[in-house]
Amino acid sequence: MSPTSKSTSPLLTVENLTVDFLSDESPVRAVNAVSFDVSRGETLVILGESGSGKSVSTSAVMDLIDQPPGDIVSGRISFDGAPIGNLRGEPRRLINGQKIAMIFQDPLAYLNPVYTVGRQIVEIFACHGVASGKEARERSIELLRRVGIPEPDTRIDQYPHQFSGGQRQRVMIAMAIALKPDLLIADEPTTALDVSVQAQILDLLRDLQNETGMALILITHDLEVAASMADRVIVMNRGEIVEAGVARDVFTSPRHAYTKKLISALPHGDTAEGGNRRSTIPSGETVLKVENLTKEYLFSQGLFGKKQSFRAVNDVNFEIRKGETLGIVGESGSGKSSVARMLLRLTEPTAGRAIFAGEDIFSMNQARLLAFRRKVQMVFQDPYGSMNPRMSVHAIISEPWAIHGDILPQARWKDRVVELLELVGLNPEHVDRYPHQFSGGQRQRIAIARALASEPDLIICDEAVSALDVSIQAQIIDLLADLRTRLGLSYIFITHDLPIVRHFADRIVVMKQGEIVEDGSTSAIFANPVHPYTQSLLEATPVPKWMAVRAPRPTGRARDALTL
Amino acid sequence: MTALISDITVSPRTGKLRTIWNCLKRDKLALAAVIFLLLLVIATLAGPPLIGDLATKLGLRQRNLAPFSFQHDWIYFLGADTLGRPIIARLVVGAQNTLGIAFAAVLCSMLTGGILGLIAGYSERWYSQIIQRLADVVMSFPSLLLALIVLYTLGPSITNLVIVLAFTRMPIYLRTTRAEVLELRERMFVSAAISMGASPLRIVVRHIAPLVLPTLLTIAALDFATVILAESSLSFLGLGIQPPDFTWGAMVANGRGYLANAWWISFWPGLVILLTTLSLNLLSSWARTFADPQQRWRLQSLRKTPR
Amino acid sequence: MLSYIGRRASHSIISVLGLLALVFFLTRLTGDPSSLFLPLDSTLEARQAFARLHGFDQPIHWQFLNYLRDLVSLDFGQSVRQNRSAMEIALEAFPQTLKLAFVAMALAIALAIVAGSIAATRPGGFFDRIVSLVSLTGASAPDFWIAIVGILVFAVSFDLLPTSGTGSLAHWIMPVFVLALRPFGLLVQVVRGTMLSALSAPYIKTARAKGLRRKEIIFGHALRNSLLPVITVAGDLTAGLVNGAVIVETVFGWPGIGKLMIDAIILRDFAVVQSTILVTATAIFVLNICIDLLYAVLDPRIRY
Repeated sequence: MSPTSKSTSPLLTVENLTVDFLSDESPVRAVNAVSFDVSRGETLVILGESGSGKSVSTSAVMDLIDQPPGDIVSGRISFDGAPIGNLRGEPRRLINGQKIAMIFQDPLAYLNPVYTVGRQIVEIFACHGVASGKEARERSIELLRRVGIPEPDTRIDQYPHQFSGGQRQRVMIAMAIALKPDLLIADEPTTALDVSVQAQILDLLRDLQNETGMALILITHDLEVAASMADRVIVMNRGEIVEAGVARDVFTSPRHAYTKKLISALPHGDTAEGGNRRSTIPSGETVLKVENLTKEYLFSQGLFGKKQSFRAVNDVNFEIRKGETLGIVGESGSGKSSVARMLLRLTEPTAGRAIFAGEDIFSMNQARLLAFRRKVQMVFQDPYGSMNPRMSVHAIISEPWAIHGDILPQARWKDRVVELLELVGLNPEHVDRYPHQFSGGQRQRIAIARALASEPDLIICDEAVSALDVSIQAQIIDLLADLRTRLGLSYIFITHDLPIVRHFADRIVVMKQGEIVEDGSTSAIFANPVHPYTQSLLEATPVPKWMAVRAPRPTGRARDALTL
Repeated sequence: MTALISDITVSPRTGKLRTIWNCLKRDKLALAAVIFLLLLVIATLAGPPLIGDLATKLGLRQRNLAPFSFQHDWIYFLGADTLGRPIIARLVVGAQNTLGIAFAAVLCSMLTGGILGLIAGYSERWYSQIIQRLADVVMSFPSLLLALIVLYTLGPSITNLVIVLAFTRMPIYLRTTRAEVLELRERMFVSAAISMGASPLRIVVRHIAPLVLPTLLTIAALDFATVILAESSLSFLGLGIQPPDFTWGAMVANGRGYLANAWWISFWPGLVILLTTLSLNLLSSWARTFADPQQRWRLQSLRKTPR
Repeated sequence: MLSYIGRRASHSIISVLGLLALVFFLTRLTGDPSSLFLPLDSTLEARQAFARLHGFDQPIHWQFLNYLRDLVSLDFGQSVRQNRSAMEIALEAFPQTLKLAFVAMALAIALAIVAGSIAATRPGGFFDRIVSLVSLTGASAPDFWIAIVGILVFAVSFDLLPTSGTGSLAHWIMPVFVLALRPFGLLVQVVRGTMLSALSAPYIKTARAKGLRRKEIIFGHALRNSLLPVITVAGDLTAGLVNGAVIVETVFGWPGIGKLMIDAIILRDFAVVQSTILVTATAIFVLNICIDLLYAVLDPRIRY
């Protein structure tokens, strides 16, 4: 895919677009004076974190903004030289679906649940008068085959909920390319997907673009996805374009402070072994030893069907020493979160032992369990979900003391909450606020403060930074690393994102379908992954496009040498 | 787009009352409903001590007095019944009974339904099953018939009326609470509390109940209208409140025989029932729009950027 | 599917038995049952003879077993007022109510879907405001009062419609209207609400991006999805229609099961009361199963 030839005029031009959302009294500006264009065969990436207004401008292109509450204050949108900003009704239908198509982040919600996928694809041919009946069905099957749905002639009659997440996105793509549009807008198309599936979807988009020569606008918050796809990039922050240019220039020499911050925060950005935040303490005594941990689910099919079993976790062994961070890495369904839930006795294991301070967690009685739960704490993925929205920060952090009466006398709670807030880098004056008044990163700091309140030995972090924006992820990891050094904590850090633990974990366990497929020291895993699955995880991390042109299929280790 | 709105509009806690007031002002019907309900509450609380005696005062000269006559005292403005008792005074006293019974019934059903729902939702023991089956039995049968049968066997009285009304409405709260608890107990803050060592009692009382309460109060507000209607129907059929006590529904029943020559005896109490339940429904319909972040803008004064 | 129906049916039978047990024990625990079973004006001798005949001198659990045995042999007792099988009387009245309920409900559902979905396409518009006010009034109005006002206006003042009874088409107008009013009002609210949320659902955005016509989006995608909750509510309302039928049949003298029950309660004809309960409960359970099946047809995500 070559960048645009300079002679042709751009396919889509957006000039000076400003969109408000009306609310009580004063309107809220979603995008402010945004201009961009895209040409045939070109990929433009709109990069921004949540709330940056990156989806709004493309919604305006498709006339998907409801007015009110939306309000397009100013702006010119032209497609193929003709203005399309004000098109409604029939003229709009000549554009939407035919010339410009769109795919969305969450295909389960964006596909109509009560119709078969076939009906939803056929509909496009029918409503644009291209084909109907048998011919439309044949063409739909062909489309499904093209986007890589196996057995398309039977699956065409299935409903969206019968497809996997990645397949649903393929169905969305099939719908979008049905009429060979000139422009495809993809709004966070891979965000909800596992890395390996993400790579496949991005490959598919790239191939389709090569075949049809369509223009592609990709909206994403993910720097690596952006780098792997973009010819040109615009970076948005708070509704404004802060930087725009050729992808390579923007990624390698960002000019705007915000872009610099984004790119420096990228955990994969610097691969030098020196910049790591790993523990400096050499191996101490064993804190937790897990042996043959197994979780089996039984389910029966039908009323008298025979019982079937499914092993979510199968014979998992690992141990963790004082002051050490163990990374557990795996995609969804790997059983990594089940391990965490069992270690906290939130679900009961089928078999296995977990020795903590000389005692098996799984055979503790209520009293012993209570004492154990003081010493092991958990930090959850979604800091908002893990806190009761009706409790103030003070009530949240002091809850462990209310549960375990012997930790701290009530008179000292207030002072200690202030100390903990300062320790995690929050303003102690905010003790009376509620979780919704904080940002995602701040909430995760509160969750960490709560975990520290009962003075634990071990903290289990389940996807603790996955829900956060990239720039915040690094800050939270820094905080965790700092606390480990100061308080002598141990961590089990569970994540789906292998590179994120690179500079934090001392040892890594890679899980797949409930089993450990590889474990070892972090540097060994990254330098020399043995198991094919680990290799594929490393490879699945997208490669910058300007490099991929030169080296089409870099191996895991080759990728390692690249700097972003 | 809605995701975006919630992303960027972080409303400050202060001025919440002002926001409510502004949104209420925009919906004239809801505003009228609030005013009517306020007047009704004032009349119910202050009325009986002032004009309560008049409600039972027989007046031979005012028998079947037609409404809108200015020759008599203002209290006869809406007319008088067959015994010459002023309708206005009877409406006020009837309001006290009607609203009092409805309030007691709603409170009882909300408390029992809520508590049973918390138990049925959080516990997986045998009694949780029993509670649910019981609710199913009550739910699966038309409430008015059930109430009729129970009142038929227990005998009509104010206490029995409250018990029966509460009993037939209770499953609504039970099911809602249970459904909410089932959802809430999977939420991460509950897992977090368990992993900190919190006892089941603490989790239910501190973490789950406070989050269920707003939903229950919303249902209760709407249910108030339903219960008023149910009570009126029972009293209309003669199995509700018994003389000498009376409610609006009983007043309608009393006037039924005099439709041809004194329509007002039945008409006014029915109209007041309608206005009360309509106000409650208007208000809860407004509250639904207000509580929905996707729809709330409809109630706000939207000012566009000048261009 | 069949096993599901079987499961539902067995749940239903348990529920009916629970209900009958509830009524049975309530009547026995609250004093002398012969005062419930026999007319208020019956003599002491008649009461004693009645008690002996029906074994009220036996322990209560024994009475209940006897009662169940009679049920299984399809013996539902005799009406003390009419001297014929209570079940026969109940089954005679039931079709009258069924006809009335069917017409009223069909009318309410059809009108509510049309009015509610049109209102939802232009929320806040003139039509929406009118529909909202009318439907809320319908949902709030006490039906006995509407019936009385209807009689006052159309029968007493203008002499257009008959006050009570059955027969001509004119006899149907007021009962059907009064009975349909409340379900109509509630259903419009539901249709409007689910339509509004369906119209702002993500898949509608997809449909717009696909370039579908507005008509196809509203009726093909949004209405189809919003029908699902409407069906649930419509099912509950149909079951609840018995409530309205009691009132409407009483006021308009319609010889249905609601009037029969009230009359039986007032006349203390206990066997008839119990037969009407049994008939109504069975009808409702059949209705619920139909609703479930319809739901499975309309929502592919549901498989029993």
